[in-house]
Amino acid sequence: MSEKEILMQVRDLSVEYNTRLGEVSAVDNVSFEIYKGEILGLVGESGCGKSTMGKALMRMIQPPGKITSGQIIVNGEDIMAYDQKQMRDFRGRKVSMIFQDPMTSLNPVQRVDEHIIEAIQVHEPDTNTTEALARAQTLIQRLGIRKNRMKSYPHQLSGGMRQRVMVGLGLVLNADLIIADEATTSLDVIVEAQLADQLRDIRETFGVSLLVITHNIALVAELSDRLAVMYAGHIVEMGDVESVFDTPLHPYTKGLLKSIPNIKLDDTEKLYKMPGEPPNLTHPPAGCRFHPRCPFAMSICSQVEPEFSEIVPGRMVKCWLYLDHPDKEEATIEVTA
Amino acid sequence: MTDKLTQNKQENNDYLVEVQSLVKWFPVQTTFIDQLFSKERDFVRAVDGVSFNIRRGEVLGLAGESGSGKTTIGRVTIGLEEKTEGNVLFDGIDLSTLSAEELRKLRRRMQVIFQDPLASLNPRMSLGDAIQQGLKIHYPETAKDHRDIVLDIMEKVGLSPAKFFYNKFPHQISGGQRQRVVIARALVTNPDLILADEPIAMADVSVRALLLDLMVQLKDELNLTYLFITHDLATAKYICDRIAILYLGKIVEISELEEVYGHPLHPYTRALLAAVPVPDPHDRRKEPMPKGEIPNPINPPPGCRFHPRCPYAQEICSQEEPLLRELRPGHQVACHFAEDFLNA
Repeated sequence: MSEKEILMQVRDLSVEYNTRLGEVSAVDNVSFEIYKGEILGLVGESGCGKSTMGKALMRMIQPPGKITSGQIIVNGEDIMAYDQKQMRDFRGRKVSMIFQDPMTSLNPVQRVDEHIIEAIQVHEPDTNTTEALARAQTLIQRLGIRKNRMKSYPHQLSGGMRQRVMVGLGLVLNADLIIADEATTSLDVIVEAQLADQLRDIRETFGVSLLVITHNIALVAELSDRLAVMYAGHIVEMGDVESVFDTPLHPYTKGLLKSIPNIKLDDTEKLYKMPGEPPNLTHPPAGCRFHPRCPFAMSICSQVEPEFSEIVPGRMVKCWLYLDHPDKEEATIEVTA
Repeated sequence: MTDKLTQNKQENNDYLVEVQSLVKWFPVQTTFIDQLFSKERDFVRAVDGVSFNIRRGEVLGLAGESGSGKTTIGRVTIGLEEKTEGNVLFDGIDLSTLSAEELRKLRRRMQVIFQDPLASLNPRMSLGDAIQQGLKIHYPETAKDHRDIVLDIMEKVGLSPAKFFYNKFPHQISGGQRQRVVIARALVTNPDLILADEPIAMADVSVRALLLDLMVQLKDELNLTYLFITHDLATAKYICDRIAILYLGKIVEISELEEVYGHPLHPYTRALLAAVPVPDPHDRRKEPMPKGEIPNPINPPPGCRFHPRCPYAQEICSQEEPLLRELRPGHQVACHFAEDFLNA
């Protein structure tokens, strides 16, 4: 992937939820891009805003949530300016989404073929049913579901198969980006591994980009090209998956990677125990949102929020350790590529 | 007998729990039409002939995918569910010989930690009261000391300062703290055995390590024995001494943890271990995964239950059920061709 073409550019995206306890800033001024044909892993713990981010990219935030600022640029157009009709076309045709629980995303009284035919005909009203059915069949078979399964209802399928039907629905309109929000989480390990293989495979054959949102960092290591780490509404680190795993820069990423159970390491290796728990986002900590848990926290960290900056080519991080500031006394760490 | 129910740690044998040929079938609900044609009743064969022992002070893991019967085995082991056949002995006592009252007394010695702490705590009961319930039931005579015992156990599980947490309610604390409350509640009756059913599956990674560490530390401090049920083989590695791998209600492999992970002999264990994603992008999985998913336990496949998905299956596998055999010291496996992996 030498020449990377940008598929989606997100600029200063913020999402807030208006709750009884006050404004919750679930996504706060986040900027990043998704390249064509890449698998980008978005990881973070529960409540960090990763699912909100996924929904925001399709403008599917429901009240009391609201996108308060930002741009989402696809093919030179800002989709924030789209009207309802344009958005409807955008969802499905450009970007589609797979959720954690396929049972709640599929219509229980519709058969597999009806789901796919409906998806085609809603977006392409000229397609007749025979044609749509043929398209649905080729696709379903490519995803490893037997032809006779086309007439099954969702409850007659296993969890893994349901999730493959969802992948099929995402692919049938040739979407450029598929957002998979914890798509493998409710599956058993072997089925999860099968689906991971499948996702890699459809990227190869269809050239589609994937945004894999998950709490499972090991899965991202297995699957994705690039990795974005989210903490308390911010992306704190982003880069190639190999280089982030080899040399994590942000203290949160460092701690996170050391606390993942690894089946391959020797037993003597102890898991790192990160102090504290993620903050409540109604009153996020001032400055860097990670500073109360950070073993490297400096005085500047509790006062000024660091910028999300490119420290070395392709490596972005949001941390004062690597940035200069007039009020900062400590030395800045130089990172070499 | 009463003494035996209430006194801890009877050192008359090595095993705290002995499970022998345990079978648990659940009847499938029949419809009126089925009854009309007197169709034979179907059973979900959740556990179908499982034997294992738990040594005093050890952590035995039960691992498998959903539908493997791991939770049912746990529930039958501590008498929350009645067995269909087989024997469960706790400290030499056959659970099926006990009256409801006697079983209730014995429960003090075996406590449970479930997966979802929010679902296992009463939202309208303060944390202190919730933890105290076990004491009220099992030690009514020492009521005036209960508060101190509760405060003490709260400090032990890291709910510190305990006086601050005592009057809080479940919704006021974090998920990690809630799981600590559930652990404290299980420990307050001074049990011997803890059944931990996916105790940390809901916790975030950064909190998991802390909870695992706490469980290991409490085990040593309070002489506990754990039956640890999990679907996550990577986590099991950090706590279990021995592990049993389950598939469709049967144990397919059981041994010391390092032995099973280092020399997996059953094709299913090998697939399961290979499927666990490794947090290292330089070490991506190359092995292909077995096809399909765990079948329906109502009509499990004949012979070896794994044979329809097994890449090494031969004719005998669909006809004859393999029995657990010891192929390496202390390492049992149920596969006709496990010898092929001995030198792999």
